Amino acid sequence: MNITRRRMLVLLPAAAVAWKYVLAGTPEASPNYQMTEHWWAMLIDITKCIGCGSCVRACQLENHVPDGYFRTWVERYHIEDWEMEYPKVDSPDGGKNGFPVAKETGGKNFFVPKMCNQCADSPCTQVCPVGATFVTPDGVVLVDQKYCLGCRYCVQACPYGCRFINPKTETANKCTLCYHRITKGLTTACCEVCPTGARQLANLKDPKDPIHEFLQTHSVQVLKPYLATRSKCFYYGLDGAVR
Amino acid sequence: MKAFKDTGHLFRVAAVFLAGFIAFLVLRSLLVPHSFGRYGHYRADAIGEIAALPISYAGHQTCETCHSEVVDVKNKGVHKGVACESCHGPQAKHADDPGSVVPDKLDTSMLCPRCHQTNVAKPKSFPQVDAAEHSGGAACNTCHQPHTPAIGAGGSQ
Repeated sequence: MNITRRRMLVLLPAAAVAWKYVLAGTPEASPNYQMTEHWWAMLIDITKCIGCGSCVRACQLENHVPDGYFRTWVERYHIEDWEMEYPKVDSPDGGKNGFPVAKETGGKNFFVPKMCNQCADSPCTQVCPVGATFVTPDGVVLVDQKYCLGCRYCVQACPYGCRFINPKTETANKCTLCYHRITKGLTTACCEVCPTGARQLANLKDPKDPIHEFLQTHSVQVLKPYLATRSKCFYYGLDGAVR
Repeated sequence: MKAFKDTGHLFRVAAVFLAGFIAFLVLRSLLVPHSFGRYGHYRADAIGEIAALPISYAGHQTCETCHSEVVDVKNKGVHKGVACESCHGPQAKHADDPGSVVPDKLDTSMLCPRCHQTNVAKPKSFPQVDAAEHSGGAACNTCHQPHTPAIGAGGSQ
């Protein structure tokens, strides 16, 4: 083939475009991640939680959650004696900056980290009129930000109060279980920074995951089990007063 | 033999319906995203879009590839299980470009009490102090080295 001037002029831009792709490399992705090999869950050990609020701060920084809104938050419970129906609960700014010294010192006092329970039969996905929220094949409840209309049905449907409308995008927002991290082999931001290991990300489909041994040897509970949401947030040391 | 007469108008109506049906199919293929319904009643591409979001916390495994000497010090003390970014904050940008993005110096008098300030709701076994009474306002790292906090543990960082 003769390289004529005409051919050269056609080939040069094509070569330049091809070289740009070579230089750019492959985008950061997770080629080894298989959805079918994962079924994500969270283990929360209330006996280890110190209410430092690290998880709340990390979640806001990692996921750009606006101030005053929370994908995860920490509650402090105070139960005087037997009146489990009327616990005193506070969560100043979601526990983001820790908790003030408690006035009451008697009775039971403990912290409860809360987040999306990643229900397998989630009420929030069932009410979405446009298919903008769904349970992924690996067990994470996500919101399609391009499809969400901001109708707020799901915000009302969540029995755990885990959803909100992002004031910037006017779409439903919630914990994604740091889906952008766990698919890259990292743990969630809240688990990463938890100084006492009160939060543990777990893959229920992995037989080597230590969660199996924990679940087999400890009494665990989910929030509002009577709603049969098949919540995958397992709490250890959960008091009956927690709602 | 003719069972029906004047059947022409039926064909015209059928043609209108057929045209409407074809238009519906064309519009549907244009408006419904390609990946909708691959796994369920939602757009499957949304999963990939969410998975592709950038991270802010690099993860302690990333920190340890360069700062192994700090890890050795930390592993000797009770802060062994505390990840780097618990105190140092999100450092993915620093990990990508360690030369130009330098983490902030930390104020221990603010940072340590986040976990160790006395609170009745904390587990009894967790070490707690009343910071004001304990140090009189002095920074915690005057006496304690944060990576190995026990006094006299010999940590240098």
